[in-house]
Amino acid sequence: MSNYLYILWIPLLPLATFVVLGLFGRKYFAKSAGIISTASLLTSTILSFVAAKQYFFVDEKVNGIYQKIIALKYTWLQFSPNVSIDMGVIVDPISVMMLIVVTSVSLMVHVFSLGYMKGEERFATYYAFLSLFTFSMLGLILSVNIFQVYMFWELVGASSFLLIGYYFNKPSAVAASKKAFIVTRFADLGFLIGIMIMGFYGGTLDIGLLIQKLTSVQSPEFLSMTSTSFLGASMLTWGLTLIFMGGAGKSAMFPLHIWLPDAMEGPTPVSALIHAATMVVAGVYLVARLFPIFSMDEAALTIVTYVGAFSALLAAIIACTQTDIKRVLAYSTMSQIGYMMFALGISKNGGEAGLGYMASMFHLFTHAFFKSLLFLGAGAVIHMVHSNEMKDMGGLRKLMPITHAAFLIACLAIAGIPPFAGFFSKEEILTAAFHENKLIYGVALFTAALTSFYMFRLYFNIFWSKEAPAKAHSAGHDHAHNDAHDHGEGSWTMKLPLIILAACAVGVGFIPFSQFITSDGAALETHIDMIFSIAPVSLSIIAILLSASFYKNQNTKSDKAVALFGGFYRAAYKKFYVDELYLFITKKIVFPLIGQPIAWADRNIVDGFVLLIANTTAKISTAIKGLQSGKVQNYALYFFGGVIALSVLFIYIWK
Amino acid sequence: MNEIPLTHILFLSTALFFIGMYGLFTRRNLITMLMSIELMLNSVNINFVAFNKYLFPDKLDGLFFSLFIITIAAAEAAVAIAIIINLYRSHQSIDVDDATEMKF
Repeated sequence: MSNYLYILWIPLLPLATFVVLGLFGRKYFAKSAGIISTASLLTSTILSFVAAKQYFFVDEKVNGIYQKIIALKYTWLQFSPNVSIDMGVIVDPISVMMLIVVTSVSLMVHVFSLGYMKGEERFATYYAFLSLFTFSMLGLILSVNIFQVYMFWELVGASSFLLIGYYFNKPSAVAASKKAFIVTRFADLGFLIGIMIMGFYGGTLDIGLLIQKLTSVQSPEFLSMTSTSFLGASMLTWGLTLIFMGGAGKSAMFPLHIWLPDAMEGPTPVSALIHAATMVVAGVYLVARLFPIFSMDEAALTIVTYVGAFSALLAAIIACTQTDIKRVLAYSTMSQIGYMMFALGISKNGGEAGLGYMASMFHLFTHAFFKSLLFLGAGAVIHMVHSNEMKDMGGLRKLMPITHAAFLIACLAIAGIPPFAGFFSKEEILTAAFHENKLIYGVALFTAALTSFYMFRLYFNIFWSKEAPAKAHSAGHDHAHNDAHDHGEGSWTMKLPLIILAACAVGVGFIPFSQFITSDGAALETHIDMIFSIAPVSLSIIAILLSASFYKNQNTKSDKAVALFGGFYRAAYKKFYVDELYLFITKKIVFPLIGQPIAWADRNIVDGFVLLIANTTAKISTAIKGLQSGKVQNYALYFFGGVIALSVLFIYIWK
Repeated sequence: MNEIPLTHILFLSTALFFIGMYGLFTRRNLITMLMSIELMLNSVNINFVAFNKYLFPDKLDGLFFSLFIITIAAAEAAVAIAIIINLYRSHQSIDVDDATEMKF
């Protein structure tokens, strides 16, 4: 067994960057922060690739199975001989895959931000936050202990909060960061309770040990957990569902998805990193990490499946109606994560039936690349147009050819058109769904078609539709053409990540993923069935053509379609009133019925008690302060009075 | 020989003590107040000596106590006069009614 201790450096380097830039960045590294941060992350990325190469290719599999290796484990807090909070590094197929995803997407975002965030006042702070996020995410991936997961989970949430609220003088950004924080915190409450249930019944917080204990049907832990029931569900179901609730909050699954679209208030590269490729898949990763336990409980998996499928469909419908390009992408992210979730939900642990698990991880992997590409492309567009709204764009294909090409590739990838990356992973998911659950398969197929439709709606609206609006934009300038050109594509730091990610979006689908990452670590033979692919691919192509006829040139077809759907369109445009419903619940029910009585009790009872003590003291002291007259002879008189009183006491009363 | 009874001496010391106490409370001049304190101390001395003589003639504790009190009274007078001098420097007066800043 070779030594994997160097993996520790992968998260520690960004942490060091965060500390240095966070403390001294604004003063000493105001300009060089980006370079420092990027260089440190580049080292991490290289280390990740080294680790992946070593893990997948150099180290021998044992009996054809990739082993879980605990590279480092340090007991941090010991509660009892069995229960402790450990800090550690786990090396197994999914953690190594996630290392690659997080470091490389993060690196691309770092490079992109060099151009995108140039000239920002808090440039160093931005990079400090990015590094903090990268550190937290890497720590989460490498966690050996479920409580370690939780701690990094919160750190990820905190850095996401910081980055969404990066433009803290913009009220909408502040509101969005608050919303994201509160919604995910609410979900994390469930996660924490879930951890406690698992820890209490499983008798340990160590993930490996927990899996070992709770996957054998005879073990006392498993028996006690399944035999104890609460409100009609076993403790195992409760624990897993609550943990999934945490995951659903972070991964923006219905009904906890409302924060994700608002989170787009943050800088676009941040959206690409956190709210598209890495943090939002943490929920999927969490379920995958505990998948052996999930697979023991049918009920919890069913919840995962239906929540995932419903979120995928709902988000896809909403995405078709939004006009803010980042919001379209946000809903698209939610939809794709829904895909990953239900793929996990329909999967079994091990063997051929574990196809869903493998497909989910594969989709996570490919999605990270093409979705971050889409966001970075959108970032480049926003950088040029200075607007998020579709109506301000159009005809940009000639002004920004590289962005255009990259965006097109990403759209094709997400639409699942062969041979782009999304095709392969989506195909695996659809195959798994087809074998396990026909209803889910139908939903997935419909969602796939919707995905193609709204992605190309976005694409045509940005790059086609109208003709070159930038000329009007810079008409007054002498160097109108040069201006538009120079500004249009941005610097090479913005183009390079687009090109690299576009190459990934084309290429990563060809990785024989099932050889490396499966639910039980053994290689799985998969094949793309051409006959089977006909349905989804042709549906996607039809959707794209429909989208092209609607949006490629300005016409009234889309308005007619809107009129056709009428009320349904308006409901989708308003995001099915989920936000309004929550507002109603909080403002009309929670605040008056719970919040205000508690506030009343706080003001009148708690404060009242404290005020009573203070007022009593003040009154007594006003009454007796006259005794301190400042006259020596008065004091002497009191003294003699006291002595006489004591004498009387001792002589006549206490004898 | 007719001994003076103890009560006479106790009457004297009590009278001396309350004279001193009266002086302490009524006089406003610090020096006079100091003198009143000395009167009270000396009444205590008389008590000690008298009790020693009449109740425990074979012991010397009462005498030693009164010696200590005389010593301490001397030290106390030194300190008190120093305080009075300082008070005079800051207030141009040794009247206690003029030094009433230390109040609520």
